[in-house]
Amino acid sequence: METLSLLADGFAVALTPNTLFLAVVGCFLGTIIGALPGLGPSNGVALLIPLAFSLGLGATESLVLMTSVYYGAMYGGRISSILLNIPGDEPALMTTLDGYPMAKQGRAGDALVLSGVASFVGAFLATIGLMLLAPMLARVAFLFGPAEYFALYMLAFCTLGGIASNNQAKAAIAACIGLGIAMIGLDNSTGLPRFTFGELHLMDGVDFLVAIVGLFAVTEVFVFIESHGRSSAIGVTLGKITIPFRDIGRSMVSMLRSTVVGFVAGILPGAGASLGSFLAYMSEKSLVRDNHFGKGDPRGVAAPEAGNNAAAGGALVPMLTLGVPGSGTTAVLLALLLTLNITPGPLLFTERPEVVWGLMASLLIANFVLLVMNVPMVKIFVKILTVPPWVLLPMVTMISFVGIFSLSGSTFDLLLMIGFGVLGFFFRKLDVPTVPIILGILLGNDMEDSLRRAMTISDGDPTYLFSSWIAIVLWVAAVLGFVAPMFLRGVLKKPQAVTD
Amino acid sequence: MSDRIFGLIMICVAAGYIATATQIQTGFISDPVGPKTFPYIVGCVVILCSIMILIKPDTEPEWPALMTFGRLLIAVVVLAGYAMTLRPLGFLLPTAVAAGVISYQISPRAGPAAITGVGLSVGLFVIFKYVLGLGLFAVPREWLG
Repeated sequence: METLSLLADGFAVALTPNTLFLAVVGCFLGTIIGALPGLGPSNGVALLIPLAFSLGLGATESLVLMTSVYYGAMYGGRISSILLNIPGDEPALMTTLDGYPMAKQGRAGDALVLSGVASFVGAFLATIGLMLLAPMLARVAFLFGPAEYFALYMLAFCTLGGIASNNQAKAAIAACIGLGIAMIGLDNSTGLPRFTFGELHLMDGVDFLVAIVGLFAVTEVFVFIESHGRSSAIGVTLGKITIPFRDIGRSMVSMLRSTVVGFVAGILPGAGASLGSFLAYMSEKSLVRDNHFGKGDPRGVAAPEAGNNAAAGGALVPMLTLGVPGSGTTAVLLALLLTLNITPGPLLFTERPEVVWGLMASLLIANFVLLVMNVPMVKIFVKILTVPPWVLLPMVTMISFVGIFSLSGSTFDLLLMIGFGVLGFFFRKLDVPTVPIILGILLGNDMEDSLRRAMTISDGDPTYLFSSWIAIVLWVAAVLGFVAPMFLRGVLKKPQAVTD
Repeated sequence: MSDRIFGLIMICVAAGYIATATQIQTGFISDPVGPKTFPYIVGCVVILCSIMILIKPDTEPEWPALMTFGRLLIAVVVLAGYAMTLRPLGFLLPTAVAAGVISYQISPRAGPAAITGVGLSVGLFVIFKYVLGLGLFAVPREWLG
């Protein structure tokens, strides 16, 4: 009951013309960002944060805009997967496996509608799951002291490291690079500078937005220059859009199962939507009898889409309640919250209920907006896919420069951003994941603070870090999350994207 | 080989990081951990992991040809130039040049690249300045008097 009345308050916030307008704009931009290959959700949100910030939007408004972009990108990713066989973003990779074959059979329209509906089912149910689960988890989070938080940060880095790369050592190095960068600037507790080398620009530390935009957007530009911008001509024709009721009915069970799988995968700190869609596809493949997955089975389109959209909602649970993001994009959203001076965590639910519930109500609304945009209006976005990379990428570059420049007006930050872009390019070549770097920069200071506070409480006794059941469970989960992928890698071999 | 070089570089960086950390001033009121311990831990983890990479490197990545590296270098130089001229020269000219060059590098056709550069420069300026209301200057500020 309490949830319902809070949600009603949330709708009061979300249904103001201003917020509603931002949600629609966010959904539209998000779907475009998701659909365009090379511009994933984390990229898109990272690009838009500086702009939203310099527009002077309030906390709720910015959050509504950005989460609508986030949800929209998750919906949009499937469009290029189905039509071009190039995933619009990483979580949409699994959708290429059956989506593109379906399109080649002349059923592109059916595949788009079906996956749109699946996205809606996954995202809508996950949003409800978020509303039920987040307040409960927020209550548990009140039991968290510095030792538990330190263990939780370890868990986030370990699960992310386990999944993000094929080489745990590289993921760990990436996390440490982020943590190391976070140390730059004035020390929180002594107020003395660290690693600033007397440079005034570094006193405030490295702005995480600079790092995020550099590592995501600028790196992408370099990658495109290297690959000479593969042409992205649409190879399949899209006929009249009709609703394939038979396919939707037949794959409903798959959608619902995948929603559950995706949501749980999303909640795991560090795992995120790619894992959600992967697990959803794999479990459906083994559960559904007489399937022809991989050859254009509608259920193979519905399952990963429901899974990745459900994971997108699930990933918001740890981000909002604990301040620990469940995926790369939620890490970027966390950066947005911190920029807006909102500290996620259990207190957010009691102190700023209008932010939390306003956000949840707008997510519910965003889902309906997205369903309309992605089913009857999907042709508009298909048109946008014909924007050639030699227009798109310069545009991305300029938007990222103006975004960062309008935030700080500092040439130093722009140069630093280019530096991060170059670093990101080499790291991508070397298969060093960049998301742990972002997570490290975002969480580094809090992680150090919780360690220092824990040691102050216990007077320097390290066993204090393992002194509660919650902490022990988190540590065990962290070790498992880091080690398990090494053994499971052979079993769960990711199918490669077919790029022809 | 690439992985070994990466490992070696990371060991050097981490060692430099730890060396810098020893120089951090400790305040007179300090907690048991202090401002140095966490950087030490971070540096040591990097060294340990780098040694693991040295021992067991991954398969060699596909590096671009020397020519491509040249193109990337040009892109970096152009972007750095853009970053440094954006303030003194105003938005329009540097943006048109930088966008044009990036476009040309992705698809080397001069005409479309030039149109892309000019189009993006003017289009984005209108959007940023008049729709989003950002405080950008189209031309050098001195010209505006």
